Amino acid sequence: MSLLEVRNLHTSFFTDAGEVRAVNGISFNLDRGKVLGIVGESGSGKSVTAYSIMQILAETGKIVDGSIKLDGQELVGAGEKVMRTVRGNKVSIIFQDPMTSLNPTYTIGHQLTEAIMLHTNRDKKQAWDRAVEMLKLVNVNEPEKRMKQYPHEHSGGMRQRVMIAMALACEPDILIADEPTTALDVTIQAQILELMQSLQKELGMAIIMITHDLGVVAQMCDEVIVMYAGSICEQGTADEIFYHPRHEYTKGLMRSIPSVDNAGEKLRPITGTPIDLLNMPKGCPFAPRCDNAMKICIRERCERMEINENHAAACWMNVKNAAETPQQDEEATQ
Amino acid sequence: MAEKSNTPLVDIRHLKEYFNINVGPFVTKPLKAVDDVSFTINRGETLGLVGESGCGKTTVGRTILQLYKPTGGEIYYDGKLVKTRADLKQFRTKATMVFQDPYSSLNPRMTVSDIIAEPLDVHKLCKTKEERRARILELMNYVGLNSEHASRYAHEFSGGQRQRIGIARALAVNPEFIVCDEPVSALDVSIQAQVINMFDELQDRLGLTYLFIAHDLLVVRHISDRIAVMYLGKMVELADAKEIYDHPLHPYSQSLISAVPVPDPNIARANKRIVLTGDIPSPLNAPSGCPFRTRCRYACDKCAESMPEFKEVSSGHFVACHRTAEIN
Repeated sequence: MSLLEVRNLHTSFFTDAGEVRAVNGISFNLDRGKVLGIVGESGSGKSVTAYSIMQILAETGKIVDGSIKLDGQELVGAGEKVMRTVRGNKVSIIFQDPMTSLNPTYTIGHQLTEAIMLHTNRDKKQAWDRAVEMLKLVNVNEPEKRMKQYPHEHSGGMRQRVMIAMALACEPDILIADEPTTALDVTIQAQILELMQSLQKELGMAIIMITHDLGVVAQMCDEVIVMYAGSICEQGTADEIFYHPRHEYTKGLMRSIPSVDNAGEKLRPITGTPIDLLNMPKGCPFAPRCDNAMKICIRERCERMEINENHAAACWMNVKNAAETPQQDEEATQ
Repeated sequence: MAEKSNTPLVDIRHLKEYFNINVGPFVTKPLKAVDDVSFTINRGETLGLVGESGCGKTTVGRTILQLYKPTGGEIYYDGKLVKTRADLKQFRTKATMVFQDPYSSLNPRMTVSDIIAEPLDVHKLCKTKEERRARILELMNYVGLNSEHASRYAHEFSGGQRQRIGIARALAVNPEFIVCDEPVSALDVSIQAQVINMFDELQDRLGLTYLFIAHDLLVVRHISDRIAVMYLGKMVELADAKEIYDHPLHPYSQSLISAVPVPDPNIARANKRIVLTGDIPSPLNAPSGCPFRTRCRYACDKCAESMPEFKEVSSGHFVACHRTAEIN
């Protein structure tokens, strides 16, 4: 049994303009000690997936259907009481923006010890020691001094370290990192990624790495999920996804990033703009932007198909004679 | 690529920009955002400017266009010193800017056509209404916007389209030189590639010269002919794009380039990253001597004493490091 099993998850936001299906039927497993990358553009539903697991969605958001099982325990429909034992203890999250995710009016030490005391039965003194220990673990210099300082006295990289320390203080089984390095500079990003990698080896937790940066995914992840418009286009091991992409969106994404190989050449971007989630097409959500779209792509959504045991994709291009199938169907119905 | 000549179009000499920061009541201290930076950009060339946040790369761009009045140094454009107000007005019909954030750099109360036409109105470049309208449509066409978009407002557009509006505005005065300040950082990967290609095409078509400021090294490597690296207000290295990528000489450039995540699992796993320790120091308390010495693996006593000279070590490759010869 996998540590985390997500099945057919649907999360919607009910806005004045209508229902926005941010996550539209996704399924995946996460095993102990693995690093899973979720990539996609803004609005593809990658963060909403993470928030659904933690059940920290905005008020308008709701899990409409599906199941999330953590260690065999069903989380969808579980009450706030159950979720409180999950959040922080079993699953922790670090957010994108280290500048806004700490409370500016309390010291770092106060915020760390508060979190530790809430989740474990340590008293204040023990929690303080534990916090110092955690700061040491994430390579913060002079942790005792740092504990008495306020967030504004720390740089972005330092604050992200504090967030990681807080997330790991209760030794969660799963760490969700929602764009943890997007707001940081390259050299600081390298420090944080290195730190996460070594902590992952040391503590053996599983990581869900949410990012739009394929470089970060290549460096960190064992398995990759590519999302577009709330659905999974493709999932598989990092090697499979990077070297043998089987969905047109993934292929387009790989072609459109500048690399050392294509310097000086024209990039081949994906044309068009991301889809409006309020007006989802009937067929494949990527079809309007896809260069190789066929009739069937516009008419019918492709189901997830196994390419091999390490790789699955939802693209009609992988179906033999898919281009012809719809015509036959048409004849049949006429 | 447009034809490249060897007379520099833009020649920046010893540019300085200090901001006075209040450090206490009645006490100010100069923050040296840009400290003695010199470089040239040739006609038709793209110079990439990279560095971490706070290194002064944006300030360089803004100071060249004199959106900030330079504290010191000279800006020569096409061989002429830009000094008086009249020079500056003339200069700004030749040099324009594309801003980083397509959400805040367009006035939400103006229509797209008014945004694009504002430079035309300011510099009184169009004599008749018809001419103005025709020019607006021509500009929109350049950047791939439809004529029906002209009467809409900025909020009706996506990030990528807004950036196109910003570029059309920058092109309005028929410039030769554009300062592009992180023009693609706020965009998604797939949209980013569209905008990068557009910069390329416009350069070919209109013979533009770019100063391309960005922190994404892969993007800069793709678009630039030469790349300059800045650290804490100083320029530390300047060379041909391929040269600086393959043989960076300054220890900072080396770690910066090695830290870029490569979207290829095998390379990424095998990559020997040089991970810097510590953070970028505050420019208010910049270290003595070489600004990078506090994070440098090779720092020695000499580095604390004096700022290394920015000198040419091989043809077109400039570097500011005392120990270039020893460490490479």
